[in-house]
Amino acid sequence: MTDRIQRIGLPVFVLLAGILVWELIVRIFAIPPFVLPAPGLVLATLLKDGGLLWNSLLVTLLTTFEGFLLAMVGGIGLAVLFNQSRLVEYAFYPYAVVLQVTPVVAVAPLLLIYLPQPLAVLVCAWIVAFFPVLANTTLGLNSTDHNLIALFELYKATRWQLLWNLKLPSALPQILAGLRIAGGLSLIGAVVAEIAAGSAGAGSGLAYRIAESGYRLNIPRMFAALLLLSLAGVAIFFALSAISHLALRRWHESALKRER
Amino acid sequence: MSTQDPAIVSLRGVGKTFENGTVAVNELNLDVRAGEFISLLGPSGCGKSTALRIIAGLNGASAGTVEWPNGTADTGFVFQEPTLMPWANVAANVRLPFTLSREDSAKSNAAVARALERVGLAEFADNYPRELSGGMKMRASIARALVTEPQLLLMDEPFAALDEITRFKLNNDLLTVWQELRRTVIFVTHSVFESVFLSQRIVVMTPRPGRVFREIVVDAPYPRDERFRTSAEYAGFCRQAADALGKAMAGGA
Repeated sequence: MTDRIQRIGLPVFVLLAGILVWELIVRIFAIPPFVLPAPGLVLATLLKDGGLLWNSLLVTLLTTFEGFLLAMVGGIGLAVLFNQSRLVEYAFYPYAVVLQVTPVVAVAPLLLIYLPQPLAVLVCAWIVAFFPVLANTTLGLNSTDHNLIALFELYKATRWQLLWNLKLPSALPQILAGLRIAGGLSLIGAVVAEIAAGSAGAGSGLAYRIAESGYRLNIPRMFAALLLLSLAGVAIFFALSAISHLALRRWHESALKRER
Repeated sequence: MSTQDPAIVSLRGVGKTFENGTVAVNELNLDVRAGEFISLLGPSGCGKSTALRIIAGLNGASAGTVEWPNGTADTGFVFQEPTLMPWANVAANVRLPFTLSREDSAKSNAAVARALERVGLAEFADNYPRELSGGMKMRASIARALVTEPQLLLMDEPFAALDEITRFKLNNDLLTVWQELRRTVIFVTHSVFESVFLSQRIVVMTPRPGRVFREIVVDAPYPRDERFRTSAEYAGFCRQAADALGKAMAGGA
């Protein structure tokens, strides 16, 4: 119980202390808001510009979510395909790596030339997010217990049964770990692409709001938008962690509390 | 059980050389008769597990033939580890052979319940493997191998990792099940005492490459229980088997 209080209480305490110190520094040194806005002002801006920022947040989140879904389908699908056919794996795996190691900031401007902006942003979110799903799922599929595979062969399991009843469930912990990483990365991909795109309009995402506020020296709004982005990232992480925990809590060591 | 009983499976000059050049078994000849409880006894790494996997069809033989006079028998296999699916509960694990053959659930439900009853796990059907002790996991693994009541049960050192008390208990229970079902069992072990207690016939194998060194017939009557385990007769067979094993290792080394 005390452990729980400490785990929640300590970070909250650090947060409050940090905000207090920040507020005091801004007041004592009379720092102008276009250099560093006080936390109170950031909060006020968040409330004042709430509607605008909220709509932008929804745009960014929608892109993130779509990118994440595509990464999930693409990553798991490609890993299954690689697992089924060595030749396909040899042919395409190197290009998956190339896609991963090329910085998305550098790819985004290129994509914007060829694709309509919303699609380009989505593709960026997908590119960054799909590789961890692919890599983790591949690892999981290849780590299946060899004796269980032998047992399935003994009972004349079909290829499909081997995949569906054995390999995918045994890879589930790794798949979920990959998805947890992909959730955060698809948000990063969406933000990077929005900033690279940099076009205005009603349909602009939160990242564009940050860039725009920067040009206008509207620093409090920059902070407010940044705060929203961080909160969105944290929410995504917790949601995926909760899903992972629910799926594994009965059987996988990672989701079980260690008895002492 | 007499020598006139028909063979269920025969190995003729079976050899197995792995890709790295290791010769696991060489010139292995063995007749296994229907309904027999036979042990393959030998030191670790003598190729007895390989022989078992060749019979199961999990490994191919590099030389010789495996003959099935009455057609390939349906086979159950128990590994050295319990080899259960951790994400599925005990009942689902035991049901696996039926799941894979798409058996209808009414028939398989009854068979799963019967198999769990046989190994004493009826109350643990809904538990997950990690909630069971080592001995109970092995019982679940045996239940899975028994659920289809296969003609041939192959067991690859299934109790090697268990403590002695649990192993004795499982030995007793295995014999009870065998006497009920009267199926053929091929049991791989490196324990002289286990092989004598369980089997009608012990095949002593030489170290790598594994060959049959000697066969010992254990003609003590069943049922065998704790009294047999402490009898002079049992001790005599153990001495005989240990002696043969010692010679097999000296000759092969």
